[in-house]
Amino acid sequence: MTASPTNPAIEIDEVWKTYSPDGGFVLCGVSLAVEARSFVALTGTSGSGKTTLLKLINRLIEPSRGTVRVEGADIAATNAVLLRRRIGYVFQGVGLFPHLTVAENISITPTLLKWDRSAIARRVDELLDLVQLPRALNTRLPPTLSGGQAQRVGLARALAAKPGIVLMDEPFGAVDPITRDALGRDYRALHDALGLTTIMISHDMMEAVLLADRIAVMDSGEVVEYGETADLLSRPRHNSVRRLMRMPLEQAERVGRLAGLS
Amino acid sequence: MEQLAPRLSDALAHLPDYLGAHVLLSASALLLGLFLSAPLSLAALRWRNHAGLILGGAAVIQTIPSLALLALFYPLLLLLSSATRSLTGAGFSALGFLPSLLALSLYSMLPILRNTVTGILGVDAAVKEAALGAGMTPFQTLIKIELPLALPVIMAGIRTASVLVIGTATLSTPVGQTSLGNYIFSGLQTQNWVDVLVGCVAAALLALVVDRILALLESIARGRGGRQRLAAASTAIALILCAGAVAADFRSVPGYVIGAKGFPEQYILAALIDQRLTAAGLNSSTRNDLGSALIFRALTAGDVDVYVDYTGTIWTNEMHRRDTPARNIVLEDVSAWVREHYGARVLGPLGFENAYVLAMRRDKAESLGVRSIADLAPLSPSLTVGGDYEIFRRPEWQQLHAAYGLDFKDERQMQPLFMYKAVADGDVDAITAFSSDGRIAQYGLVTLADPKNVIPPYDAILLLSPRRSNDRALISALHPLIGKIDVEKMRGANLAVSRENQQSSPASAARDLWREISGGGSSE
Repeated sequence: MTASPTNPAIEIDEVWKTYSPDGGFVLCGVSLAVEARSFVALTGTSGSGKTTLLKLINRLIEPSRGTVRVEGADIAATNAVLLRRRIGYVFQGVGLFPHLTVAENISITPTLLKWDRSAIARRVDELLDLVQLPRALNTRLPPTLSGGQAQRVGLARALAAKPGIVLMDEPFGAVDPITRDALGRDYRALHDALGLTTIMISHDMMEAVLLADRIAVMDSGEVVEYGETADLLSRPRHNSVRRLMRMPLEQAERVGRLAGLS
Repeated sequence: MEQLAPRLSDALAHLPDYLGAHVLLSASALLLGLFLSAPLSLAALRWRNHAGLILGGAAVIQTIPSLALLALFYPLLLLLSSATRSLTGAGFSALGFLPSLLALSLYSMLPILRNTVTGILGVDAAVKEAALGAGMTPFQTLIKIELPLALPVIMAGIRTASVLVIGTATLSTPVGQTSLGNYIFSGLQTQNWVDVLVGCVAAALLALVVDRILALLESIARGRGGRQRLAAASTAIALILCAGAVAADFRSVPGYVIGAKGFPEQYILAALIDQRLTAAGLNSSTRNDLGSALIFRALTAGDVDVYVDYTGTIWTNEMHRRDTPARNIVLEDVSAWVREHYGARVLGPLGFENAYVLAMRRDKAESLGVRSIADLAPLSPSLTVGGDYEIFRRPEWQQLHAAYGLDFKDERQMQPLFMYKAVADGDVDAITAFSSDGRIAQYGLVTLADPKNVIPPYDAILLLSPRRSNDRALISALHPLIGKIDVEKMRGANLAVSRENQQSSPASAARDLWREISGGGSSE
């Protein structure tokens, strides 16, 4: 499960963010390095700054201070639009374009990159296979899809232009637990097979523990702890993190007891 | 009722002309409105903090009464036209199409702007974020995602604007633009309710049809794979517009432009001038229902070549004179003044006056012992007077007040059409009538003398534009009218077009009038 030690794909260095000149900071000097091909789960209470931190990486949000480097380059000096075409982005709202077919949704970034038509068509079929959707779906409009199907199409769209990095914000939040579990496992397999670097925001500790190589715990705009999943489970340094990390184990035990009683 | 069929066919004969002009004007105004709204919408979306300012501006324009907005554009364009004339040597006509086009496109902008901005702001935030996240530029997001998704709301705005423009275009008649409003304005003046109805129904039907066409276009645009159908529909609309433009161009025969203000006497005299020019083999077209202040300006600017005005109107409104010398002095001064200031020409008086007079029911006047305004003055605090829309604001009215000490209990403004009936029915005690109006005799009214000569003379005069002031053909065609129409003849013609039974059209009243003038025998 551990990623091989390589150069960090993403480096966040002393980043501060405030939305109003006199208001408080949403991010207070956050530093985080994510190694290439690793899978990092970003957890923490609501309002702790997870989404802001994630959007800094594809410049949907600009930092007030500090630098973000992607694959070694300071992104402040790169073209934000071109940067986004290199980074997959999946979020809870999915945001499929309701007036475009599944195939048109998936091919949006390759089209922007001016791939040729036949290459795009092949890529759409490939991606539908990859996210385990029937190819017949490609002419459907998003409003006719189920929640799980829509999430898979969103994922296919994010992966379409073969990004090395994928950012996910509660990607499987709006689907039932069984679909969610299947989506999570399928995605982890894709992550490994495609050699992706993934940062995923999740509220579900069980999901985070089961999917991620490393976990970053945020609180009030700071990363309070960041380490290997196994280390955080066995030797957390903060009490709050200990409580958080014990949640999956406790829940598993409770479920086990209930199952044993019946 | 037996008059219904001929009146209807008379009215329908004008339909291609009026409807064509109306369609062309509305479509052009809508297109220009769209054209102007697009960059403003973009600006409002780009600087969202100032969106309120842009929408507010459009809303302010919307609150200006449409008739006033239309009228305001005429002097503005006139200034512009004379500026371009002095700069480039070529001016343009500030009358008719241009002021109507500008006013109506301004009018169409609020619904288009508001719906475009709210439609685009209303697009799901998640979809916008996904578009940006996928690497679209803000402009690509606008074109490929936000605009298509906001299309139903934007189209609703365009449809609202089209209905608004088609309805308001009927008000462009007083600035000299032919439209379905010609039916309504002249129909109201001559109590030709068939005309009024035809105008209203045609405008309403046109609005409905255009609304349906736009709805169809929208559904085609939203349907998938409908690019060819959309292109076909757009081409069809473009062709209709071109046909309209060609028809309108064909319609605008070069020649003399005859002007008329918006009341029956003016329609009759315009028709009379038209018939004389036709008889002399001259081409002409008539612009009825021009605003009373606008028409003089249009003549001096050359947008109108000939029309009938009244000496007193020019004396008070244009020359701002407050004294009232004798009739012939006023005529001479007015003639000299228009020649010196504008190079325009008073060809001569027609022979009658259409002055403001105070009129009362004969029995009422006799029972009160009133023969003149001086007799009326002491009784005025217990009396009500009715008048047209402008009289109570005119200087003559203030002078009457001051000279005789008039102080009516109430001054009621009404349609000139209804005030004769109002005084005859006793709704008001006196009215400010027009001395050449046939209804004075019809309702048995008496006119009160003005012993102090406060009201200036209102001799009907033929005015020629500066360009036509020495036009021999025109002058010889119109010369037979000078001094030939006495007040009795004019009253008879006026009554013929405004009476309820056996009503004549202005054109046939003009023919009858000509027979009387030329001694060709009466048709009555």
